[in-house]
Amino acid sequence: MEQRARSLSVHLVLFAYSVLAVGPILLVVMNSFKTRSAIFGAPLAPPDAATFTLVGYEKVFRSAHILTYYANSLIVTLVSMALVLLFGAMAAWALTEYRFRGSTALALFLSIGIMVPIRLGSVAILNMMRSLGLNDTLTALILVYVAQGLPMSIFILSEFIQQIPKDLRDAARCDGVPETRIFFEVIAPLLRPAIATVAVFTIVPIWNDLWFPLILTSSDSTHTVTLGVQQFLGQYITDWNSVLAALSMAILPVVAIYVILSRQLIAGLTSGAVK
Amino acid sequence: MANLRIENLSKRYGSTAVLNDINLHIEDGEFVVLVGPSGCGKSTLLRMIAGLDGASGGDIHIAGKLVNALAPAERGIAMVFQSYALYPHMNVRKNMTFGLKFTGVPPKERERRVAEAARMLRLEELLERYPRDLSGGQRQRVAIGRAIVREPAVFLFDEPLSNLDAALRVSTRVEIANLHRMLKSTIVYVTHDQVEAMTLADRIVVMNRGHIEQVGRPLDLYYAPANLFVAGFIGSPAMNFFEARVERLDAGRACVAGHGFLAFEVPAGSLKPGDMLTIGVRPEHLGCHEHSALAVEGVVELVERLGESSFAYLRRADDKLFVAEVRGRETPTPGERAKLTAAARDVHIFDASGLRVPTQNDA
Repeated sequence: MEQRARSLSVHLVLFAYSVLAVGPILLVVMNSFKTRSAIFGAPLAPPDAATFTLVGYEKVFRSAHILTYYANSLIVTLVSMALVLLFGAMAAWALTEYRFRGSTALALFLSIGIMVPIRLGSVAILNMMRSLGLNDTLTALILVYVAQGLPMSIFILSEFIQQIPKDLRDAARCDGVPETRIFFEVIAPLLRPAIATVAVFTIVPIWNDLWFPLILTSSDSTHTVTLGVQQFLGQYITDWNSVLAALSMAILPVVAIYVILSRQLIAGLTSGAVK
Repeated sequence: MANLRIENLSKRYGSTAVLNDINLHIEDGEFVVLVGPSGCGKSTLLRMIAGLDGASGGDIHIAGKLVNALAPAERGIAMVFQSYALYPHMNVRKNMTFGLKFTGVPPKERERRVAEAARMLRLEELLERYPRDLSGGQRQRVAIGRAIVREPAVFLFDEPLSNLDAALRVSTRVEIANLHRMLKSTIVYVTHDQVEAMTLADRIVVMNRGHIEQVGRPLDLYYAPANLFVAGFIGSPAMNFFEARVERLDAGRACVAGHGFLAFEVPAGSLKPGDMLTIGVRPEHLGCHEHSALAVEGVVELVERLGESSFAYLRRADDKLFVAEVRGRETPTPGERAKLTAAARDVHIFDASGLRVPTQNDA
């Protein structure tokens, strides 16, 4: 009896949290299918036969640049993720496996990167990109996001690498496997759950970021989705149908990636806790 | 196939010495077991032979070649780990061939070697399985197979049986012995289990606190341990020790006496009157003998029955315990007073520094 009560209260808390987390998203998606007057008239009501419309989506697709924005977001996110994972795993392996001059200092330096938000350096970054001739390019965004994602990914991957038995590495060395192949063919395959975890933690903030596209990109050809949506927000009139439709569409890729990685992700989050 | 020569090898971590001036010559085809309590440096020594740990000083020669600066794969060794260390994401066949790719073995030759190792180790049925689908004994055989396909000059085994259950340990031990007979290769084998050491080894190296206590054939270690440590380490239950001193010298014979046992005589050798000695007798050598050299008395306190024999724990008059093995169906009863004797050749004598004093049976 007591156990049921406890389980009930736990579920209540979880349910409340889910409502809090999913509610706004649901609201955005729901209202994206409603007429403008219905959005303002009854914001909490689901669309019905009278209020249902696809006008927002039509406008978004008619707008010439939305596909470019999408492509830009995908390119920036996926390239950044790939680089963060590759360099993160390699750096984590080097920092846990090899003792070299300055390795401790380097690890400390990287952990500072976790604590200090990269946005503090916005002005310096903007100046740097300008003098490199990289302002208004996707490369600039990718470089910033890689720098932003690396410290945390190195931190998480180091923890996982430490859990891999040292005997495996020794066995591979006795077998004559070169060090780079030990990393790519013995260690990396065992890091799959950790890599999935890091991938999700890396992708979500990059995809959702508004700040760096806002300061580093200026032309339509380099805008990302989150920035592109802003053009529907006017000083006097806001085209809510289009804004909500574009935002709903922006959610899709993240959800898709999460679904793909979720099996690995759950294994990654719980491994170590459960032996 | 090769011999292995270790000269003045030492290993220090900071100021702590883990291995001290190790010298060891292993002949071609010899099965040598390194044995000792945990922390004695035996695994470190093995890892240094493998090239996984560097040395702080000294040389290692494999097949006459100085290998100090060579990587593990270039030393012509193969190692079998306690945890098996199979690559979890590769099937058995891939586990065995993975390393060969990098050492320039052509694909056809790889297949031949895997087939042969699989036949030898009865792994044919398992070649496509993954390590997670194998039992402990099967994993152990795969790990050995992975070592065999490398066709190494020296096999290194690091406590390969300690993760197996008791029954499997015995059968795998026999398999390893058979394997050595078939391959005729040089093997260095680390264990803390003296039964493994005694049954498998051509020669045993007993290590303690980073140095070698004694090197010898199994029965030599058992019948003529060089010092107190080896005497106490080899044999189970451990050898009984009694304190004694040399009472007097008499026509080339020394009369040795001590608490709880009757005085007896040994060849004097270099003994002087007043020397403190330790007398050692194995539990299995205490019994009732006609011409006994040594007799101990005690009250039976506890009896452990094993079936074919029992171990009796007896308390002497000076309150010290000793153990005697009693064979057969009759077991002593606790509280009983008993007088046990040992033959002269089964009495070991050690001097004050713990070194063996030669007696007549050492000749």
